Amino acid sequence: MTAADAIAHGHYWLTAALLLIGLYAMLAAPNLIRKLMGMNVFMTAVIVFFITLGAKTGSSPPVLPDHHAQAQAAAYSNPLPHTLMLTAIVVGVAMTGVALALIIRIQQRFGTLDERELLRRLRE
Amino acid sequence: MPLPDRLPAAILVSLAAALLIALSGRRPNVRESWTFAAAAIKLLLVVSLVPAVARGEVVESSPLALLPGIDLHFRADPFGLLFALVASTLWLVTSVFSVGYMRAGGYARQTSYFAWFAVCLSATMGIAFAANLVTFFIFYEILTIATYPLVIHFRTDEAKRAGRQYLAYTLVAGQALLLAIAAVHVLAPGAEFQPGGFLAGRAGTPVLAVLFALFIIGVGVKAGIMPLHGWLPAAMVAPTPVSALLHAVAVVKAGAFGCVRIVGFVFGVDVLRAIGADVALAIAASITIVLASIRALGEGHLKRRLAYSTIGQLSYIVLGAALGSAAALAGAMFHIAAHGAMKITMFFCAGAIYAKTHLEQIEDLGGIGRRMPVTMGAFAVCALGLAGTPLLAGFISKWNIGLGAYQAGHPAFIAVLLASGLLNFAYFMPIVRTAFLDGEGTKPDEAGIALALPLALTSAAAILLGIFPDAGLNLYHLAWEAARQVVSPDTRGVL
Amino acid sequence: MTAHLPILIVVLPLAGAAAVALLGLRAGRAARGLALAILAASAACAAAALAAAVRTGPLRYFLGGWAPPWGIEYVVDPLAGGMATLVAVFALAAAVYAGPFVERLRPRDAGAFHAVYLLLTAGLLGIVVTGDLFNLYVFLEISSLAAYGLLALGGGRSVLASFRYLLLGTAAGTLYLLGVGCLYAVTGTLNMADVGARLPGQFDSPAVTMAIVLIVVGLAVKMALFPLHGWLPDVYTYAPAPVTAFVAGVMTKVSAYALLRVLFFVLGLGGAASDVLPVLGWVASAAALAGSVMALAQTDVRRILAYSSVGQMGYIVLGFAIGTPLALTGALLHVLNHAVMKACLFLSAGTVLYRTGESQLHGYEGVARHMPLTLGAFAIAAASLVGLPPTGGFFSKWYLLTAAFDAGRWPFAVVLAVSSLLSAVYMFRVIERAYLGEAPEPAPGTAPPGEAPAGMLAPTLALAAVVLLLGIFNEQVVSHVIAFALPPARGH
Repeated sequence: MTAADAIAHGHYWLTAALLLIGLYAMLAAPNLIRKLMGMNVFMTAVIVFFITLGAKTGSSPPVLPDHHAQAQAAAYSNPLPHTLMLTAIVVGVAMTGVALALIIRIQQRFGTLDERELLRRLRE
Repeated sequence: MPLPDRLPAAILVSLAAALLIALSGRRPNVRESWTFAAAAIKLLLVVSLVPAVARGEVVESSPLALLPGIDLHFRADPFGLLFALVASTLWLVTSVFSVGYMRAGGYARQTSYFAWFAVCLSATMGIAFAANLVTFFIFYEILTIATYPLVIHFRTDEAKRAGRQYLAYTLVAGQALLLAIAAVHVLAPGAEFQPGGFLAGRAGTPVLAVLFALFIIGVGVKAGIMPLHGWLPAAMVAPTPVSALLHAVAVVKAGAFGCVRIVGFVFGVDVLRAIGADVALAIAASITIVLASIRALGEGHLKRRLAYSTIGQLSYIVLGAALGSAAALAGAMFHIAAHGAMKITMFFCAGAIYAKTHLEQIEDLGGIGRRMPVTMGAFAVCALGLAGTPLLAGFISKWNIGLGAYQAGHPAFIAVLLASGLLNFAYFMPIVRTAFLDGEGTKPDEAGIALALPLALTSAAAILLGIFPDAGLNLYHLAWEAARQVVSPDTRGVL
Repeated sequence: MTAHLPILIVVLPLAGAAAVALLGLRAGRAARGLALAILAASAACAAAALAAAVRTGPLRYFLGGWAPPWGIEYVVDPLAGGMATLVAVFALAAAVYAGPFVERLRPRDAGAFHAVYLLLTAGLLGIVVTGDLFNLYVFLEISSLAAYGLLALGGGRSVLASFRYLLLGTAAGTLYLLGVGCLYAVTGTLNMADVGARLPGQFDSPAVTMAIVLIVVGLAVKMALFPLHGWLPDVYTYAPAPVTAFVAGVMTKVSAYALLRVLFFVLGLGGAASDVLPVLGWVASAAALAGSVMALAQTDVRRILAYSSVGQMGYIVLGFAIGTPLALTGALLHVLNHAVMKACLFLSAGTVLYRTGESQLHGYEGVARHMPLTLGAFAIAAASLVGLPPTGGFFSKWYLLTAAFDAGRWPFAVVLAVSSLLSAVYMFRVIERAYLGEAPEPAPGTAPPGEAPAGMLAPTLALAAVVLLLGIFNEQVVSHVIAFALPPARGH
């Protein structure tokens, strides 16, 4: 693989890196909030991946200059992945919201957000 | 009622009775009447089928589709009808004994007892009339589950342990049986029980041998083939009527019945001989016969000695099936009736003795024969019968099996039968001797009509069947008819 | 009207959730009534859609009138119709059962409970009827979110269990999304039928293989397929009983349905999709055995049932893995049977917990004396779990066994038999204690626990009856519904 290839595939490397960082945080971090952050990073990786799917070399944003113009699909970057990812971002936000609500309850009930401590309490 | 409908009716009548019994718990006499009514109706339904089946007519009924190509299918063929006759006549008699025994002892949970008993008899009818393996299996497993509450009835720790052991053995066997049945249905889709079997040419010898082994494990637990017999002596903790009907007749005979069905109606005698399984099974049966009889010699508890005797006697049926000639099969099938009548009598005797005196160990039975002459007389008659004394039912079946061994080219097994006869004598006669000759004399004081009458009737049946094997129910004719069909299947009346 | 059924099935609970939430702010009782009515209506629509699909063929609905493959379409074929009916009926039954539980909540919270419950139902129904891969992700996450909320209502430990489920479940959903992205990159479309049409010829590309792997792994976590089942036992044990019964009965099955849809209908078992089946077979065998073995080690009855679910999911995936029509019939029948019997078991356990406060094995001693009907239902459902005739569980097991032998994969048959025996052991433990144990003396001044209240008893007994009916009449179900639901035979 040449350097040019590596750079051309840079977005895949980015996606992979974000996935792994997120996964590591979800698994290894002891604090629940950090796990949540890892989950967010994990989801961001997919968002990056999808968005890059829509990119084309030398394309312009998919905006028609006036509504009489003909749309030349090949000249515009694909808007569909962007719309999909808007949905995915909303899902991510909702997920984060619910997770934070649960975290608040855990903090109230157990007084700690450390996973090791919590698992110990759970087993009792 | 048209003939075919009588088959599901015979099964359903005791299920309906079980429901009614469960609802009549507060009024014992009403509750008992359901049992008797159901038993009488069931017997009438089954007996009414005898003329048609003896003539060679086909009586069958498929009330429900179960699976693609497989129906819940009942058929009254000679062999199935024989088993159904034995079970239904003996249920009526046992019900009388049950009432007497349970009331004499004042035992708890009688409603549950009678209800589950009725369910067991439903399952037994289903097994008898099943025309295909899936129908057979369904009722076979229902019988397993329905007998568990009866085994643990007295709720002692020993009873619970025996119950767990019973379920462990029977459920494992059930899974083996299920695997074999599923495999057979892939080899021979839609096949039903057929005299002469239907597996010829369907698979290679190794596959057939493995399947046969699985089948024998599946039915062998209930049939008490060693080393799968362990649950039976432990199950003697059940109330004696349960031991009498279920563990001398219904459950264990269901296993032996299944064994003959598999040998004669699934694999076929020729296939068995081709894969060498006939000799293997005959040897296993012979080992069981001899070892069980030897074990019985050392057993001091009366019911447990009877249990080991049952294990040995059941393997007569297995041996007859394995030998595969017409006489051997006829003898094996007739033994279902003969042994049923004789062994149930002996269990009735044990129960009557316990109800009257609370004695369970053989060594304590000195003089009991003079106190309860009818009871011990019946016991002695049936002991002679089991040993194979002429003029009693046991001789008929034993003679046929021995003849069949010679016809099948394995005369060596006659020695097994002779040895077993001697051993039977050896472990039963001391009981009779102790009962009549030891101890002090007392006036006759039987256990009560409800307990004494059934055993008198069944021992009389044992004598009657020994002299006129076809008396009343055509049992001998049915056995021979079925055996002939298995050995030389013709196309008439066979599906 | 029939034309709108696919959208109504989803929109009713979705809009209903908002309506119930608003109504709940004012009148908690009325909110419950409205929620039950909406669930009943949704169930009726699902059943009607199923009937129409079996009679005349799949129902298609284009959202917003936009035709596929650019628009999102909902497709109700017999498989989807059957699953939708299952989900909707179960939602109704569990909601009825939840009555006593809801009464313990504050009136304001009752409305919120029912709203979130309706969202869960809407999400599951959406997964079932959608014909678009991304839309499936959206509904997957909607149902999961609602589930995380509902499952956390069981007290402190359930919140923690739900949080861990959230982390794992979201990661799984994200993996699924990534897989869908790969498929989109290769085919340019998200419509299931369209993807299926465009893929043949591209099965060798690494992107498609990657997509298949990601989707399978993502859905495997949602299905709690061993060894990705870690979230399930804690969640099922600590969540409130009605929620557990619904989730355990239905949610994992819907994820299994999604896997079936993707592997067999969309991908048509092309390329890596058929290579994944043998792996799934061994994983499923491990699941069937491991689930049963782990269940043996438990002392909490709900935890026993939870691990049992892991094992039973193995049965279903085993059916997928064998892949023949006979095996898929068994798998689909087992989806139905397991949903019914597991829900019945959890409802019974929940009732015992409600009356006695006990869920440990030693707390079940002699319970059958006081709660004969509840334990009777438990016993019937347990018999079905073991696969004893004439209950439904026997017949789905039969299909799987014959399919295994027919395909020459007899080790799978042995796995099923061994797993059944292990199930018999752990179920027997509960039943023996309940029926033969000595009930403890009630504390002085209190009465012994009575039978369940009618609102809890009715769904439990109904489900037990269905277990028996599904057994006796299973041939009707198979020939009238499941036979139409099987994927079309396609070569690969």
